[in-house]
Amino acid sequence: MSRLTDAHVALAKEIIGRYPRPKSALVPLLHLAQEQDGYITRDAMVHIGELVGVTSAEVYGTATFYEMFKFEPVGKYVVNICGTMSCALMGSEELMHHAEQRLGIKAGGTTPDGMFTLEHAECQAACTEAPCLQVNYRYRYRLTPADLDELIDDLSAERLTHEIPPHGTVAKVRQHIASHRGVGVVAPELVTESPAWLNGKAAL
Amino acid sequence: MTSSYLHAPGFIAGDRPKIVTSRFEYADSYKIDRFIATGGYQGLRSALSRPAQTVHDDVKSATVLGRGGAGFPAGVKWGLTPQEVWPRYLVVNGDESEPGTYKDRLLMERDPHQLIEGCLIACYAAGLSQCFLYIRGEMAVAQERVAEALNEAYEAGYVGKNILGTNFSVDIVLHWGAGAYVVGEETALIESLEGNRGMPRLKPPFFPAANGLYGQPTIVNNVETLANLPWLMTNGVDAYTAIGTKTSPGTRMVAVSGHVVRPGVYEIVNGTTTFRDLIYGQEFCGGIRNNNALKAFVPGGGSAPWFTSDQLDLPFEGSQVGAAGSMLGSGAIMVMDETTDIPAAALTLTRFYAHESCGKCTPCREGGTWLERILSRVVDGKGTDADLAQLIEVGESICPGDFPHASNEALGLTAVPFPYKMTTICFVGPSAYVPVHSALTLFRSEFEARITKRTMIKVTAVGVSS
Ligand SMILES: Cc1cc2nc3c(=O)[nH]c(=O)nc-3n(C[C@H](O)[C@H](O)[C@H](O)COP(=O)(O)O)c2cc1C
Ligand code: SF4
Ligand code: FES
Repeated sequence: MSRLTDAHVALAKEIIGRYPRPKSALVPLLHLAQEQDGYITRDAMVHIGELVGVTSAEVYGTATFYEMFKFEPVGKYVVNICGTMSCALMGSEELMHHAEQRLGIKAGGTTPDGMFTLEHAECQAACTEAPCLQVNYRYRYRLTPADLDELIDDLSAERLTHEIPPHGTVAKVRQHIASHRGVGVVAPELVTESPAWLNGKAAL
Repeated sequence: MTSSYLHAPGFIAGDRPKIVTSRFEYADSYKIDRFIATGGYQGLRSALSRPAQTVHDDVKSATVLGRGGAGFPAGVKWGLTPQEVWPRYLVVNGDESEPGTYKDRLLMERDPHQLIEGCLIACYAAGLSQCFLYIRGEMAVAQERVAEALNEAYEAGYVGKNILGTNFSVDIVLHWGAGAYVVGEETALIESLEGNRGMPRLKPPFFPAANGLYGQPTIVNNVETLANLPWLMTNGVDAYTAIGTKTSPGTRMVAVSGHVVRPGVYEIVNGTTTFRDLIYGQEFCGGIRNNNALKAFVPGGGSAPWFTSDQLDLPFEGSQVGAAGSMLGSGAIMVMDETTDIPAAALTLTRFYAHESCGKCTPCREGGTWLERILSRVVDGKGTDADLAQLIEVGESICPGDFPHASNEALGLTAVPFPYKMTTICFVGPSAYVPVHSALTLFRSEFEARITKRTMIKVTAVGVSS
């Protein structure tokens, strides 16, 4: 239960294969687990440890450092309202109050129907479009309280599912390196020579 | 229904030289067809048609300054790797999360191939055999656009084995984070890429160029820095240095946010454009909203000491801004008008850094939290005189000695130049104190008013207090 599915194991192996050291794949694999279950389960961490070759304690140690990883279920839509300076100057606090009232929860809480989790977030690299928020890491900019109401209506009615996947999925497009195109990895200790193109000549 | 997301907004074009934003006018700027139709991958061809060392020399003589915060010349950094130690890696810093900073995400979403081309040029020139492109975890669309672009570029033979049929081979691996500001610091970025908690390492010995990813020489460069390279290769060093000044050539992406008429991201001429141009110029932000007076501005991201109208005529140039007591940092200006509640505004930044402390150094972990708690109390109208003294005392335990601040003639101050002494491994600790120090130095009376009144002050928005 909650170990990675076969399809995700195949993906995990592909990802691990891109790094000279398997442990580098930890954070991407944790995202995969979160995509599968909406949060990160204990079993998934054990499984990831097996795949990467580290203890589950190490997996847990890494996972708990990062804000995006959740260890218990959260809402289908996680609404992160930015409260850092540029957004605060443009009224983010008012937006947060409005969201708390509208959803009937405080920042950090989840609605009883499991639809929404509300969070106070830090600068989202959209400071000129303040105040802003992300729903499952998809942006909305220059929001008024009325815009927020409309957004929550749309999300509640599942009108934005084409754009905003359920919590856990971040990017919907993945990198794929075809084996005949990729260079492939070599453990650093096995490399002793300078790259071929550093021979003093033009490559083309 | 609310409108769907197309791509990152906020860029405002003008009648100015464009080095990194030339394709932003196209809706499909992120697609390989558009990229190639507009000169894309020509810089790579031009680089590959010359020996790697001469490409490296060009980047050095063009003085391409790092755009991630420290402003270190990229060509010089590439030369700091130890001789004959292989392999060497490139780690691209796309973790953009410094308060006020918004440019790398635009470059990744709207012209991902330009970044890929920049990575390839860097790997060729500096002999780097694998590239890891680390994108901030919360940037879903940037991750999608870069993944799609990499897939296209691999398919077309621009990335991977025997690029363009040559002996130049390099993989670019998309990596993504999971939310932690401090991971933007280069040694923490490497820790995170190794699958660990993203805590900074001590320098020395862990200077990435000598001892980075997997203990190997590693070049860490910012997204915007690398995005400059295709244009430089296509147009040459002379064309590049013809823009801007000798010490700060080229352009810079600058995000201006806060209380201006036209907040936005502008590609400006480096070294000559002044803060006054940016804030008041009609081709830029067009002044302060409602014709209000300017109270203060943060010139270089949340970690930068604040300026006031006294510094408006300084150009966007590192050494002059440093001598005046602040830094250009990550190209982020946050503007506060006369209505701003200064202690509350400072709190939004101090809270950020306290919250983002990784916990490795005691002065940052404890000091940051103390600063946040004391300042919160003051903002809530529950502070005492002792609190103001204690803010300074805690700050001095993080940054002992003279602390940088702007000259401010009206207050009879002289500038203390940037940077400062610190008791912590990285800048997160000092950054928690920067806003407190700037706000207290420049607007002490606002703090005192909060204390003597001893009433609850309700803050609805930082810009409007009642
Ligand atoms: C706390 C902290 C956060 C940082 N965050 C970023 C960041 O998000 N993006 C970035 O490019 N550089 C960031 N930097 C700077 C990097 O450590 C590094 O100097 C930079 O990526 C080097 O690239 P450049 O030489 O091309 O500027 C940060 C530095 C510190 C101390
Ligand atoms: S200064 Fe703060 S964030 Fe930086 S290493 Fe020390 S504790 Fe971590
Ligand atoms: S301060 Fe809100 S996005 Fe930067």
